[in-house]
This record gives sequence, structure tokens and C-alpha cells, in this order.
Amino acid sequence: MSLESLIPLLIVLPMAGFAMTALVGRRLGKQAHWIPVGAILVVWLIAMGLAYSVLSGAAPLLEGAEETHGFAVQLFQWIPAGDFVVDVGFVVDPLSACLLIVVTSVGLLVHIYSIGYMSHDPGYWRFFAYLNLFMVSMLLLVLADSWLVVFVAWELVGLSSYLLIGFWFRKRSAMLAAKKAFIVNRVGDVGFALGIMAIWVNSGAIDGAHTLNIRESIEKLLAQGDANPIPLMATALLVFAGAMGKSAQFPLHVWLPDAMEGPTPVSALIHAATMVNAGVYLVARSNPLFAAAPEALVIVAAIGIFTAILAASIAMTQTDIKRVLAYSTLSQLGYMFAALGVGAWTAAIFHLMTHGFFKGLLFLGSGSVIHAVHEEQDMRQMGGLSKKIPITYATMLIGSVAISGIPPLAGFFSKDEILGEAFKLGFPWVWAIGIFVAILTAFYMFRLMGLTFWGAYRGPGAIWDKIHESPPIMTVPLIILAVPTVLLGLFLGLPLGASTIHGWLEPVFAQSVELLHQSEAEYQLFGIDGALIGASVAVGAVGIAVAMRLFGTDLGGLHLPARPEQVRGLTARVPFLYRASLNKWWFDELNHLLFMVIGGRVAHALWWFDREVVDGTVNGVGRVTIGAGKGLRHVQTGQVQNYALGIALGLIVMAGSYLVLVGR
Amino acid sequence: MSDSLDAYLVLAGVLFAIGSFGFLARRNAISMLMSIELMLNAVNLSIVAFGAFIPALGAQGSIIALMVMAVAAAEATVGLAIVIAIYRNKKTPLVDEYDAMSQ
Repeated sequence: MSLESLIPLLIVLPMAGFAMTALVGRRLGKQAHWIPVGAILVVWLIAMGLAYSVLSGAAPLLEGAEETHGFAVQLFQWIPAGDFVVDVGFVVDPLSACLLIVVTSVGLLVHIYSIGYMSHDPGYWRFFAYLNLFMVSMLLLVLADSWLVVFVAWELVGLSSYLLIGFWFRKRSAMLAAKKAFIVNRVGDVGFALGIMAIWVNSGAIDGAHTLNIRESIEKLLAQGDANPIPLMATALLVFAGAMGKSAQFPLHVWLPDAMEGPTPVSALIHAATMVNAGVYLVARSNPLFAAAPEALVIVAAIGIFTAILAASIAMTQTDIKRVLAYSTLSQLGYMFAALGVGAWTAAIFHLMTHGFFKGLLFLGSGSVIHAVHEEQDMRQMGGLSKKIPITYATMLIGSVAISGIPPLAGFFSKDEILGEAFKLGFPWVWAIGIFVAILTAFYMFRLMGLTFWGAYRGPGAIWDKIHESPPIMTVPLIILAVPTVLLGLFLGLPLGASTIHGWLEPVFAQSVELLHQSEAEYQLFGIDGALIGASVAVGAVGIAVAMRLFGTDLGGLHLPARPEQVRGLTARVPFLYRASLNKWWFDELNHLLFMVIGGRVAHALWWFDREVVDGTVNGVGRVTIGAGKGLRHVQTGQVQNYALGIALGLIVMAGSYLVLVGR
Repeated sequence: MSDSLDAYLVLAGVLFAIGSFGFLARRNAISMLMSIELMLNAVNLSIVAFGAFIPALGAQGSIIALMVMAVAAAEATVGLAIVIAIYRNKKTPLVDEYDAMSQ
């Protein structure tokens, strides 16, 4: 049996896990995790085999590609309707393989972690059923080779995200957050749907052979160039609109922080490591399309880097531990889009992978913290936890160092590559903002560490005595996730300038690199590149130092007390910025004003128009008919002989007219 | 038997006119059914006459006439049954008092 024939199992197994758990899970009670976790374990093994085979070059060459190794399977024809034909097939190329590694690894660990985290929840089986449904959707999204199948998967991840955010649906805030996520995502999805339609129209505009196959359609669009009826820039931006929704980029970023209402494993899996990366994946997947429309790429870069700084500025003052991480996720996703926008495709996917692991780790760690302090999420009620929960502390510290960009951890390599590439590819403004965001990142992460793990405990004393480390089922995934957080950068990011991941992804992005005329400058460790590395490490260190100074630390032999007066002094000096950050730049209020108040008025006016004019017309037609009927009713006397007379007269008229008109 | 087709057609026309008049003018439901039979038979007569005088039609005229008789018999059966059913409710055979549908 070849590896290729195992690809459909990646979808079928979690699907079966979902169906079985949904049907009989309630009866399995606390044993409900066996089927879903088992399914994902097998999926992980298959995915690893596939990824190894594809990335090591053992897999055959893809059809129509000169260098890209991978597997492609055609399954069946989904929609055969005249010209409109949609085939379902899967492709595992190096890009999908990278995503597969992150999705299945983090997915598996989150499944295992949930056994411990959700053990007291009455909806235990439901949770695992949803998790498996999510895995189905995400794997379908990564593997599908047709725009329409990607769109279906796109909606399915949205659905599972909705179900899992609203998992505790009796809690009003969770229910509202789920709805918010769903609705905000719809806005982006409209763009994506239009984008797919534009691709369909463009792909057959000249020779009439429409296609929705991703690779073929992009090739055709590029070959047609300016002859496309819908400009490539518009098409690319519509696809990007979908990516903005799913990856929570400004101005559609408002749903992600609220999504933290869901259980923490969900935040780790969906809202940090996998689903929110779907937008990055989508843009990377359609990279030649974007490369052919450089203006669209500049917009991608601008929105990405703006989201990065916006979210980082908000993360600085949030007090909810999960919200800090959520804004951090937004900010890191912003980095990825900035990287895509400047044309540093590989750097974006590199950061996607490292971020998937270390942000998954940080979220699972925060879940362990929340578990320990009895469902408290407010960091002002924490402090000094490093003594009580050492494993969680150690792993979260590793995650925080990684995201701050300190070598040799994973985050350093990927973030440095994004910033360095941005600078070298002629986007110094992206680099400058990115460097500033790097300071903020290091600062808010070590503020989080300071408030949570160092200093003195500030919560109620009764809880302090009961705080204990999470069970091994939760700490072991943390420890396992810490491994790639430390080593993935070394493994993928070396040697500098010709890294492993570049080797993997080069064929996928070769066309775009050519389109953008990116020249391959020689890597200069003791020149420009070394200077850029130095700058990004230095700003990370500065951010950490400032945070430690203000919020204290107990790192090894280093003991610094927290200085709340100084923090207050600082915030009092920039009251506007402080309030803006604390209130998330009033985006929720702005949306309320725009869509609830103003939009509500418009809707009300339209409602009036509909009720009075449209309904009035329809009802008027009805009333006229009723009146006419009432008048004509008297013709019907109910007397048989009246009707008979009518028939006889009719007969005479017909016979007479026949004689007059035809008979002569 | 007359040699002229016209004589038969005139007779059929007269019968049909009597039948139509009876159907339109009589108030008794039974009489109206009888008038319908009269009209049907007038038509039957004309068909049989055409069949006899036009060789090309062959046996078709007679066959159609037989079919009309069968249908007429069925119609008379159903019609009588309806009239009797209504009579049981209304206690009258006069159709101008059957006015339940004029509401």
C-alpha cells in the first residue's frame, strides 16, 4: 500500500471519530476520548509519514511541476453540471506538508491535553466530537486542490470554531462571542466567495474552459494577464478579504479576542495554532496570483503590519491572561501577513509553523494556570505561581522567550527572517514598525510572566493553599510542545541564508519570486544581515528588560520587585494611549456605532420602505383581486339552468362564428 | 327509410332543439335528465345517418353511436343517483331550489 492511498484517511478517520462520538459519546461518559484521540493519533502518524516523504523529496514529482515533490489524488467528481465541473482531489505539496505538521501535531497534543482539562465538564463527549469535526475541516482545508472544496472547508472550520467558542452555551458571553466570531467571519467569507467567482469567470473567459482547480486556475489567470475580465488585483484582494476574516486582520480582528470565551484547549488549537493560520495559508497557496498584482501585496503588507502594532499595543494593558495571548496572536498573524505582503513567502510559513507551536504551548500553559487558580483569568489575582506550578512555569517561560525573539529559540529565527526580508526587499517601513512591535511583544509577554508567575500572590489566600500542578495528562503535552519551541528554529532556520525550510518551500514560491524580480543577494552574516539580527535581538532584550524592571522577576538568581507606582506614573504620562490600549482602541464601540446605531437606523428605514412600499404593492394587488372577486361572485347564481344557458349561448356563438368566419 | 340524408339531419336537429329547450326550460331534474338523453340521441341519429350515407366511414358511425349509448347509460345512472341523493336532502326535484352554491 502506498502512502498516497492513505491521504483520504486523513479526512475519513476524524470524520468517523466525530460521527461515532456524536452518536454514542454520551453513553461512553468519561471514556469518550478514546475514539477521537485514537483517530487523531493515526492521522498524526499518516501526516508525519506524508510530510517526511514530501519534504525529503522521496515523493514523486507533481504533475505539471518541474521541482515540486508531492502527492496528488483525484477522488471523485463532485459537481458535474454542464460546464460547471468540480472535482474533489487532495494535494500534499511542501506547503500543505508544513501545515500538516503543525495541524496534526498541535491537534494531537491538544486532544490529549483536553482529556485532563475537560475531565470535569458534563459536555466531555461533545467537546471531543467537536474537536474531531474541527480536525476534519482543517485537514480538508489544507489538502483540498479545488477552490470550492477549500471554501467548504473554510466554512466548516468556521462552524466548528463557532461550536467550540460557544461550547459553554449557557454562559451568555460565550454565546455572544460565538455569534460574533461567526458573523465577523461571514464578512470576510463574502469576499472570498466573490473571489472564487472571479477566479471562475476569469479562468474560462478566453477559451471557455472554466476551472476551479487551484493550480490550474492560477496558471490560466497569470497566462491571461491583462486579458482577464476581472483584474488580477481585484481578484487577489477579494481572496485576501476571506483571509482577513479567518486570520482576524484589521478591521475584522474584533472576533478573536472574544473567542477566548471558549475552553482554553480550543483557544490553543483553533485560535492560535491552526484555524487562524488558514488565511496565511490561503494567501501563500495562491501566491502567484498575489505576486502578479504587486499593489495588492502592498495592501496585504500594510494591513498585516498595522494589525501587528495595533494588537501589540492592546496586549500591553490587558489583564485577562488569555486576552493578552489572543492579542499577541493577532499581532503575530499580522507579522505573517506583513511577510507575505513584502514577498517573504517562506518566512511567513516559517513563522506560521514556529508560532503554531509556541503559541499553542503558551495557550495550553495559560489553561494550566487557569486550572490551577480555580478558573481565575485575571492576572491581577495571580502572582508568584512559579513555586506552585513549576512545570507550567518552565514551559511558559520557554514559550515567552521564544515569542520575544531571543536566540536560539524558534521565534527568533522566524521573526528575524520576516524582519530581515522586509528590510532587504525594500520595505523599510514594515521593518521599522516590525522592530517596534518586537519590543512590545517582548514587553507584554514578560509583563504576563511577571504578573502571573513572579512576585507575590495577590489572589484570595484560601485558593493559594489549594493551588497544585496540573496532572501529567496536561503537563506532558506542554513539555512535548516545548521541544519544537526550542528546536524547530534551529532545525528549520539553519544554516542562515540557505535554511532547510527555504529548501522545502522554494519550488512552491519559485514562480512568485521570479514575478517579483527578487534578486538573491548573498547572505552576509557580518554585513547587513548580521546587523538586522543584532537589531531584532536587541529590541527583544530591551522589551524583556523593561518588563522585568516594571513588573518584577524571579528568574534564576535575578530578583526584581514589581514597581506598580512606576507603572502608574508611566501610564499617567500618556493617558490617551493608556486608555486607548485598555479600551482596545474602541473598536467594539466603533462597530457598535457603525453597525448597531447607524446601521440600525438604515435598516429601520429600509424596513419601513419594505413594509409600506413593497408590502403595500403586494397587498394592494391582493386587495384588488379580492374586490374584483367579490363583485364577480354574483355572476355565479348556483342555478343549474343559468349555467346551462351560458353553455348553450356559448355553443351558439361558437357555431355562429364558425359559420361566419370559416364556413363561407 | 328515406333516401335523403337531409331528412335524417333535420329530424336530428329538431330532436336536439327539443332537448335543449327542455334542458333550459324545465325545472324538474328528472325532466332535465330526459332532455339530455334526447340531445344525445339526436347526435346519435346524425352519426348513424352519416355512417349510412357516406361509404368511406364504413362501420365507424355505428361504433361511435354504440359508444355514445354506453356513455349515455353511464351518465344517466350517475345523474339519477345524484338527483336522488339531492332529493333526499332537499325534498324537492326542482333544480331552482338547489341554490346552496350561490352563497
